[in-house]
Amino acid sequence: MDFDLSAEQQLVSDNVARLMRDRYGFEARKAHQASPKGFSEALWREYADMGLLGAPFAEEDGGYGGGPVETMIVMQEFGKALALEPFLQTVVLCGALIKHGADTEKRAELIGKIASGDLRLSFAHAEKQSGFDLNDVATSARKDGDAFVVNGEKGLVGQGDSADKLIVSARVAGGRRDRDGVGLFLVDANARGVTRRGYPTQDGQRAAEIGFADVRVEPHDVLGHPDDAMPVIERAVDEAIAALSAEAVGAMSEALAMTVEYMKTRKQFGVTIGSFQALQHRASEMVVALEQARSMMYLATMSVSEENAGERAKAMSAAKVQIGRSAKFIGQQAIQMHGGIAMTYEYKVGHLFKRLTIIDAAYGDADLHVRRLADQSSLFA
Amino acid sequence: MDLQLTENELAFRAEVRAFVRDNLPPSIREKSVAQRHLSKDDYVRWTRILADKGWAVAPWPEEWGGTGWSPIKQAIFLDETQRGNAPEAIAFGVNMVGPVIYTFGSQAQKERFLPRIVDLRDWWCQGFSEPGAGSDLASLRTSARRDGDSWVISGQKIWTTLAQYADWIFVLARTNPEARKQEGISFFLVDMKTPGITVRPIQTIDGGHEVNEVFFDDVRAPLDALVGNENKGWDYAKFLLANERNGIARVGISKARLDRVRHLAAIPVFGSGPKIEDPFFRAKLAAVEVELKALEMTQMRVISNRRNDGRPDPASSVLKIKGSEIQQATTELLMEVVGPYALPYEDPDERGNEPPVGFDWAAPIAPAYFNYRKVSIYGGSNEIQRGIIAKAILGL
Repeated sequence: MDFDLSAEQQLVSDNVARLMRDRYGFEARKAHQASPKGFSEALWREYADMGLLGAPFAEEDGGYGGGPVETMIVMQEFGKALALEPFLQTVVLCGALIKHGADTEKRAELIGKIASGDLRLSFAHAEKQSGFDLNDVATSARKDGDAFVVNGEKGLVGQGDSADKLIVSARVAGGRRDRDGVGLFLVDANARGVTRRGYPTQDGQRAAEIGFADVRVEPHDVLGHPDDAMPVIERAVDEAIAALSAEAVGAMSEALAMTVEYMKTRKQFGVTIGSFQALQHRASEMVVALEQARSMMYLATMSVSEENAGERAKAMSAAKVQIGRSAKFIGQQAIQMHGGIAMTYEYKVGHLFKRLTIIDAAYGDADLHVRRLADQSSLFA
Repeated sequence: MDLQLTENELAFRAEVRAFVRDNLPPSIREKSVAQRHLSKDDYVRWTRILADKGWAVAPWPEEWGGTGWSPIKQAIFLDETQRGNAPEAIAFGVNMVGPVIYTFGSQAQKERFLPRIVDLRDWWCQGFSEPGAGSDLASLRTSARRDGDSWVISGQKIWTTLAQYADWIFVLARTNPEARKQEGISFFLVDMKTPGITVRPIQTIDGGHEVNEVFFDDVRAPLDALVGNENKGWDYAKFLLANERNGIARVGISKARLDRVRHLAAIPVFGSGPKIEDPFFRAKLAAVEVELKALEMTQMRVISNRRNDGRPDPASSVLKIKGSEIQQATTELLMEVVGPYALPYEDPDERGNEPPVGFDWAAPIAPAYFNYRKVSIYGGSNEIQRGIIAKAILGL
């Protein structure tokens, strides 16, 4: 058992941390957010040049031979900085769909472009009615000769308004909530029949509602078997959960650091508020919550490579529960202990809280995952 | 980064698991599983089984009977013995006074005392807390003054766990009343049979007899009862408390307790069916398991990162807080399982010959719940731990 980063990983971590420190101060973030795409294209280019966008992919697929640990490193730093670039959508989520769902040729084509920063992707999966049920897919893909024709509405597609291409889940067979019969289709975001309505989200990022009206998908843009994509989707979501755990740990550690700094400088009644025992103990509880969350981030990261889907899902649920609970406590307490200043839009800590809140809700909140675990055997074999 | 155990560590885990399975006397195992009190003989018997195997004082230097295991292996050993429902080592000897003696004691003290801790020929107890010195331990008032060829110790200790079994007590006593409170304290090793020592039992809320008051009425101890240097006892005490917090997460104990929860919850006790079929109960159980899984990982992180400067690692305060909260949560889950049959009282120390009321597994559950309120108080209360985190980790 070894929790240390390799020398190479440590270097990546240091480099990303430095970049974020130099280029992603909270004022800079406001500017990135206000730019047309809602994030910094210049930084996306830098991420590519630093090798971050290809880091978690195998070399034979056009990546740089890293894995989940590299993703964890990047996401933690993104979490601290509240980075807006579509790393989660492009590299983690769509990257995993391609890695596990596409054939060799397609992997080489797409992963190379992701790594070079020339392709941004979003996963168009959730629908208005689906809630957290991944199987609930009404969007249809009708066979037309060798091709498919996609019809339906997708919602809450992260950075879907700026993506170059979309990976769309659509049903080729079965009832709306069947696990079988769903395929993955690669669609150009500007293809005929695609309509996108972009909007800002609570966490300062962007998303889109996307309509598909008789969108034609050629056979080479079907990823994997067209009616058996759910195992791949579940796996990609598990990888996203692991990555979000790391982002949350980054955001929590930043919220705690800001709070402690504030406690050391803010004076009331003639003394720093950090001298009050009630606040000291609350801050210590935040440390406990953060360290428990960090432990589960490691568990989730290492479980990404778990081939047994049931065991992997259990680990991810456990991580979701701990991360969600820690995030809520730390986020709320960071605001409470700052007092009024944290209620202002211009101050960072409230935005960390909002991002943490959104992360908890993503792919099912802590309570939903507790219920999932409640129907499984013990976490302790 | 690799969170898997190595082949070697997995083999070691299997070896420990098999050893506990094959060598733990069933009568002891049954009592542990049911959370019944173990007798002195139970502890001695199991310690000698471990001593014969060379595992009784695993963390000690090999010279004095330790194993030379890596910190990870030691954690595996603790986890497997705890989950296998083996009695815990008597910490007062193995984890507290033993390390103080081999680190700060004289050669004569080492040779005299250490071998007798290994096989529990000497049962030690801890003379630290006093009625006026709990969390603020350094304000203790028990005094020791030199008189000819002996020390004369007077005062009162409290919360002395299992002093009724003890052969020896290690005592913090004030040797310089003029000095700053931490600087006038010395560390003594005292024979419990010495005239002037009186042990008085304290009955705790569960009805059991686990802790005691120990009175020192002009107790005369030889000059070589002093460990290390006069007036340096506080340093040794801090060293000891740092060791006390190792393993304080008690992850294996909580795992064993959750095994018990699952076992009992599967029995259709009441007309409403097994408790495990209640989804609300299962959700609570799952939530505790998640916390414990995270704690297990946190503990491994702390162990892998262990500093060797002899100072307490402030991260162990995180383990203490979470570990105690989880232990308490497991006792609450058992309360839910036993339901109305938590009610009948049975003396935890004297079962007698009466047949059990209701279910034979029910009686110890409520006492264990009551008794386990202690775990967030002892070993530095959780509030003290929060103070340590605030100061040592956050710099507040």
